[in-house]
Amino acid sequence: MQQFCEQLLNGLNLGSVYALIALGYTMVYGIAKMLNFAHGDIIMVGGYTIYVFMNMTGHPLIAVAVAVVFCVLLGITIEKVAYKPLRGASPLAVLITAIGVSYLLQSLAQIVFGSAPKMVKIADMGVLKIGSLKIQNYTLLTLACSIVVMIALTLFVKFTKIGRAMLATSEDKAATQLMGINVNNVITVTFAIGSALAALAGLFYLLKAPSISNTFGSMPGIKAFTAAVIGGIGSIPGAMLGGILLGIVECISYKIPAIAAYTDAIEFLILIVILLVKPTGILGKRRSEKV
Amino acid sequence: MSLKNKSLKYYYSTIIVAAFGLLSVILSMTIGLEKSTIYLLEKIVIAVILAVSLNLVVGFLGELSLGHAGFMCVGAYLGGKFAVIISSSLGNSALTLILSMLVGGTVAALCGILIGLPALRLKGDYLAIVTLGFGEIVKSIFQNTSRESFGGALGLETPRYNKDELFIYAFAVLIITLLVVQNLMNSKHGRAITSIRDNEIAARATGINVTKYKLMAFIISSFFAGVAGVLYSFSNYNIQSSKFGYNYSIEILVMVVLGGIGSINGSIIAATLITFINTEFATILTGNLAVLQNLLYAIILIVIVIYGNSPALSAFREKYDIKKLFDKFKKRDPSIIKEDKANWNNIPTKIPMDELLSVDVSNNDQNLDSDETDKGGK
Repeated sequence: MQQFCEQLLNGLNLGSVYALIALGYTMVYGIAKMLNFAHGDIIMVGGYTIYVFMNMTGHPLIAVAVAVVFCVLLGITIEKVAYKPLRGASPLAVLITAIGVSYLLQSLAQIVFGSAPKMVKIADMGVLKIGSLKIQNYTLLTLACSIVVMIALTLFVKFTKIGRAMLATSEDKAATQLMGINVNNVITVTFAIGSALAALAGLFYLLKAPSISNTFGSMPGIKAFTAAVIGGIGSIPGAMLGGILLGIVECISYKIPAIAAYTDAIEFLILIVILLVKPTGILGKRRSEKV
Repeated sequence: MSLKNKSLKYYYSTIIVAAFGLLSVILSMTIGLEKSTIYLLEKIVIAVILAVSLNLVVGFLGELSLGHAGFMCVGAYLGGKFAVIISSSLGNSALTLILSMLVGGTVAALCGILIGLPALRLKGDYLAIVTLGFGEIVKSIFQNTSRESFGGALGLETPRYNKDELFIYAFAVLIITLLVVQNLMNSKHGRAITSIRDNEIAARATGINVTKYKLMAFIISSFFAGVAGVLYSFSNYNIQSSKFGYNYSIEILVMVVLGGIGSINGSIIAATLITFINTEFATILTGNLAVLQNLLYAIILIVIVIYGNSPALSAFREKYDIKKLFDKFKKRDPSIIKEDKANWNNIPTKIPMDELLSVDVSNNDQNLDSDETDKGGK
């Protein structure tokens, strides 16, 4: 029971990181109607920025702040340079460009930092003991931060002008434009928010496993993307639900010796089953086809 | 241009490949080729088979598959294992090779059905996601098998096959692949597949069974990926699942995109060039310099796709179209030679038309209702 509780907490921790990444995927998909395959690599860039500024200043808060700003700028640049020229082109072309950007970021990181993993020591957080239950403090920090970020994001989308513009764009791009909303700005803001969340996810990932290489972001990226699809791509609560679900499944399956080695396979199997049973994901809305 | 000439035109690439294959066979029999040259030839042939079969899905069906290496992996492992089992009774004969290629291809095709059925029913980029997941599943399953069954992390040893013969069979398989894909694309089924790519709803309205044809293209593509996997396992003696990761799938995709999406000749040329450069550069570039190559691929990929697809650049593309310049050079009237050359990414008013002419029955009813209630409220 105690072990189960610990794994559940670990799962929540991992799941909230996945949820943060999945939010980036799902918002970009909802608004720009594209799969941003380079999103996972923005996590990696965030991680490396934290690594560089931890070594330079030794102050975690400065490093995280710089990482968030840098990732936001990077996200906007990628959107302007690689995706904006392709607005209105076939979805396949955009998808392939996104893969190209992901490949580009990975090889750039390898050229700059080498392929050997780097250790990043951010802060020693210690352990909280409740009875016999041990809780890592970073787990609590991750959970608290993720919950705050998710609430803030939900409020932002519901109650601010630009947030509502985002909702409108995801509903109907052409009509939104007719209402005098600059859709290009909305898309830029979406990429900025997604990249900031990715940088935070990079931080939480590093707290859990303090080693970074140029493929640091690809697996969490793919997993979070799976989470976004399971929850229903385009839906913000869906991304949170899918992320946490996947995190818990991963942590529990990892502790069962018989299936531990197949953890990744199980997660993708869940994805395939969900697509078979409910193609739009758990909370996804069904969109009727237009002629 | 008579029909006969026109139909012959489709087979130019096959004939050139066959001639090239024959030339290398004759060379290896008379003066003999070096082992490394034969190995390079095998690698190129395998890459071309992979690129052409992926082009069937990406170029002609218009769906993205990110797990082509996964299908190859299934084929390599199951075909290789089958070869190990039957080679004890049949020896390393041609029959062993052919049977194991059939087994590998069939199992890969079955996986294609398994993956394609849920994913291809849906509209959107679901196939990309599911094939990506499939590639990872396959990798992790074969990595965790026992030493006796599939070799686990150490890899599966396959029977050693006579190198001089293997590349002849590889060329034969390549020619069969080209013939199947060319013939398919010039048939009723092929036209059905391209019509789905160009406009799925219109294709459905003309009575095309969309899921069936999507599945057909996907299964054929995965079959040949499986066959290429078996060739790979015979060519390398040892297969390790870590080789067949996401990066390998991307490498095949780069070949397809560089060669031109929807162009079989382009795939052949790009796969040959990239494999050749990769192999030759691998000995020169080591360490961090090897990464420069990946960086270059990424940049080329982005630039080519943006150049070829950006709506803003369409006027520029029209002006400097290589084909048109070529026609001018030959003083041909461009209006006569207007073939269906897979211009799927430039269907002019596709997206604006979709939005302008959207007649959404289910939503419209709701909208009307809400409009009325709004008025009533006021």
